Amino acid sequence: MVTKLEKVDVVVVGTGWAGGVVSAELAKAGYKVVALERGKNQTRDDYIGVKDELRYTNRYEMMQNLSSETITSRNNLDEVALPVRTRKEMMAGNDLGGGSVHWAGASYRWKPYDFEIRSKTIERYGKAKIPEGMTIQDWGITYDEMEKYYDRWEKTAGISGEPDPLGPDRSSDYPNPPMKESPPIKLFKEGAKKLGLHPFQVPAGNLSQGYTNPDGEVMNACMYCAFCTQYGCDFGAKSDPLVTVLPTAQKTGNFEARVGSYVRRVLYKNGKATGVLYVNTLTGEEFEQPADVVVLAAFTFTNNRLLLLSGIGKPYDPKTRKGVIGRNYNGQFGITFLGARGYFEDKKFNYYAGAGALGGAVGDYAGDNFDHTNVDFINGGGIEMRQYGKGAIASNHVPSGTPGWGADYKKKSLHYTYRSLVVWYTSANMAWWHNYVDLDPTYKDDYGDPLLRITFKYTDQDRNIAKFGIEKSREILEAMGADIIDEDQVPEEFDHVYDGGHYAGGVIMGTDPSTSAVNNYLQMWDAENIFVVGAANFPQFAGHHPTETVGALAYRAAEGIEKYLKEGGPLVARKEVSTHV
Amino acid sequence: MADNPNDLHEHKGMSRRTFMKNTGLVAGGVVGGGLIGGLLTNQLQQKPEVQTATDNGQIQDARVFFSRGQDFDILAAATERIYPKDDSGPGAIELGVPYFIDKQLSTEWGVNAKEYMKGPFAVYTTNTGNHNITKDQNKQGPNAETQVPAPTPRYQTKMTRSEIFVTGLRELDNVAQKEFGASFVKITGEQQDEVLRMFEDGKVELKGIGSKNFFNMLLQTTLEGAYADPVYGGNKNMMGWKMKEYPGPRASYAAQIEVEEFVKLDQQSLRNYQGH
Ligand SMILES: Cc1cc2nc3c(=O)[nH]c(=O)nc-3n(C[C@H](O)[C@H](O)[C@H](O)COP(=O)(O)OP(=O)(O)OC[C@H]3O[C@@H](n4cnc5c(N)ncnc54)[C@H](O)[C@@H]3O)c2cc1C
Ligand code: SF4
Repeated sequence: MVTKLEKVDVVVVGTGWAGGVVSAELAKAGYKVVALERGKNQTRDDYIGVKDELRYTNRYEMMQNLSSETITSRNNLDEVALPVRTRKEMMAGNDLGGGSVHWAGASYRWKPYDFEIRSKTIERYGKAKIPEGMTIQDWGITYDEMEKYYDRWEKTAGISGEPDPLGPDRSSDYPNPPMKESPPIKLFKEGAKKLGLHPFQVPAGNLSQGYTNPDGEVMNACMYCAFCTQYGCDFGAKSDPLVTVLPTAQKTGNFEARVGSYVRRVLYKNGKATGVLYVNTLTGEEFEQPADVVVLAAFTFTNNRLLLLSGIGKPYDPKTRKGVIGRNYNGQFGITFLGARGYFEDKKFNYYAGAGALGGAVGDYAGDNFDHTNVDFINGGGIEMRQYGKGAIASNHVPSGTPGWGADYKKKSLHYTYRSLVVWYTSANMAWWHNYVDLDPTYKDDYGDPLLRITFKYTDQDRNIAKFGIEKSREILEAMGADIIDEDQVPEEFDHVYDGGHYAGGVIMGTDPSTSAVNNYLQMWDAENIFVVGAANFPQFAGHHPTETVGALAYRAAEGIEKYLKEGGPLVARKEVSTHV
Repeated sequence: MADNPNDLHEHKGMSRRTFMKNTGLVAGGVVGGGLIGGLLTNQLQQKPEVQTATDNGQIQDARVFFSRGQDFDILAAATERIYPKDDSGPGAIELGVPYFIDKQLSTEWGVNAKEYMKGPFAVYTTNTGNHNITKDQNKQGPNAETQVPAPTPRYQTKMTRSEIFVTGLRELDNVAQKEFGASFVKITGEQQDEVLRMFEDGKVELKGIGSKNFFNMLLQTTLEGAYADPVYGGNKNMMGWKMKEYPGPRASYAAQIEVEEFVKLDQQSLRNYQGH
């Protein structure tokens, strides 16, 4: 039996940055908002005194419990997809605040080029630069239009940084100064400068000082405790929804976050959503939550899956290359974040200390900041040297050629514990007709609903950009004076490991309803009162971390939802153009 | 937890004072917001003495997962080859690694409680790919030498990790018998290495798992046992951390983050950190 609850103005699925921002903005505007979160409640108290590497880093304490639901994965259309069974291979947020709590905090704006990639690539290099089958497209919004939302999110989150000298125009400075410059970061910056590059401090969601955001939320200064990525912050010093947007929403009296609420369907009638169906994960009771507006902010996998399960929007079919839901699946997988590890015989860094987003970066090889005429790929990526701070289990790297275990390994792994640094390239990932998501024909969750199936493979674009990044990373390590440099190998094929939280696409934004699922307010073309918010909106992935763009898009969506609640109807006129596929 | 009293008891030479020494540094790093003040004060109200060591020696070193002593002995011997005692310090056995693994195998991790374990299961033998590549906190970062391209998602067996361990350890023994005519625990160290290498290279048929996967799991859990917080039964007396000069969990490293020279700190465990 399904219990029908009282109608609210807005029901939001998911409580990460996407759901949190939308909830806060609409609750502030006076609308009744209910957010549904499948996982448990969590507060800062849950993180005090539990800096435990085994539990959080190696056993994935904060990640989704996969016993009921995971994804299935394959490379090619004619293969049988298999479930990604372990949390080592599949990391997604699960509790109040979502993955936005256990993220590291590296916060980049994406570039004007990223938002108009198709037009700008053709403009500079001609049509032939985009290979057949690469389905990249403009977003239907420009950087200039996004700027105010970026600015707003940075202020909410209290980002600590200094502008990328080669970055896009900004209307104001970061709200907080950059984090401390540790000796490895200094070394990285000096090395980069020797090569004529333009280093800057990674803009961080770890706060460099105490800060009160525009909503009145107080955050504290980061302690460089190093138990950061894959952990919650016990100091309220990491920008996350628990210390920002969720309390802001709560304060209005218009907001309720319901945990243990697993959403199974968006209810849909006559072209509009009427609410959502969810189950209480502790009691098994089923509820219907009616609402005027349904917001899906449940991260890429669930956003896609709920639309497919609910039969909303036309599913993408790779054979005909038609349909939209599931189209242009993209993200940063194992082939991104490759680079090199340098070993320094005469140095010993205090690398037990660090923070999620502490690091140095270089933007010279990002986006279209360099000429691509003579390279066999488009787009680029940031280069980073991060000081996460290492736990004792994580810090056992040895130069290649050393045995992987035994006496020699022990000796060398102890010797090199604090003597190695990684430089990597956070390369972009372009969209292709053959990379998409749909529902799996075989594997199901506890409720009997099919799992989401991912079909994804690497292309020459991916391998070429990775090779380029590895070379650049090596050059910087050489300039830093590393004695031994081990380059990453470029993998031939995607290995079905989903561990960085940078998965995107499937519910992409655009100007054309035949190639996009949502308009530039993230309103669905096919259902005017459903808004889908998150990395699922990315038509392709830029060469920087995603979350700041997710946060900015959420502010954009909140503006659109408010407009919709006042005026109704589609916020952008349908403009059917037949484009490439 | 009561792990540490016993641990400390073993090392009589160790100074208890050391646990307090660095709180000054921590306090030095405290700046900003009112909230944090209270928070840190709480965290810093650590009792200087960890506890009084009781006289129960290694009372926690007993098997709770492996029913056969023989399986456990094979495990112990194998971990010691992977992480041997040498002049830098104790090996796996002295660090309590076999007991660490034994305990881990009866946790939710050991029984795959939070993994997707619904069928159908694709049955692979050696071809499952390496589902236990070593990944560090820099996840996607350079560890190319351990990245084996896999044709499918990596973990595709119906077996739980604890079942894999029992099966794998017994197979170590079978291979030792076959190759050297004696049990794994009876052959020489070099011979044990040879057996382990056969597993590492995937040369042994291990149905449903792949011997390489078992080996990687053994390797990973051995390192975890050497370096995880002592509360889990390994890293005895924080000896693993001492060898590594790893200080353990602290409220703050703000005082060290900008320092050029390596700052060697005394070890603190989770128990210290939680203020017991
Ligand atoms: C270890 C790690 C480090 C990262 N570091 C960085 C970084 O440094 N920089 C960066 O830019 N990005 C980083 N990311 C990515 C970042 O976490 C995500 O981009 C961001 O959290 C996305 O926010 P979101 O609101 O879309 O999703 P989430 O924050 O994950 O929120 C989605 C919520 O929806 C809930 N949900 C899902 N399905 C359902 C359902 N059916 N019913 C009810 N609720 C549901 C989930 O439980 C979750 O709480 C990292 C990710 C990981 C895993
Ligand atoms: S490193 Fe800083 S932001 Fe990260 S958990 Fe520690 S104190 Fe919080």
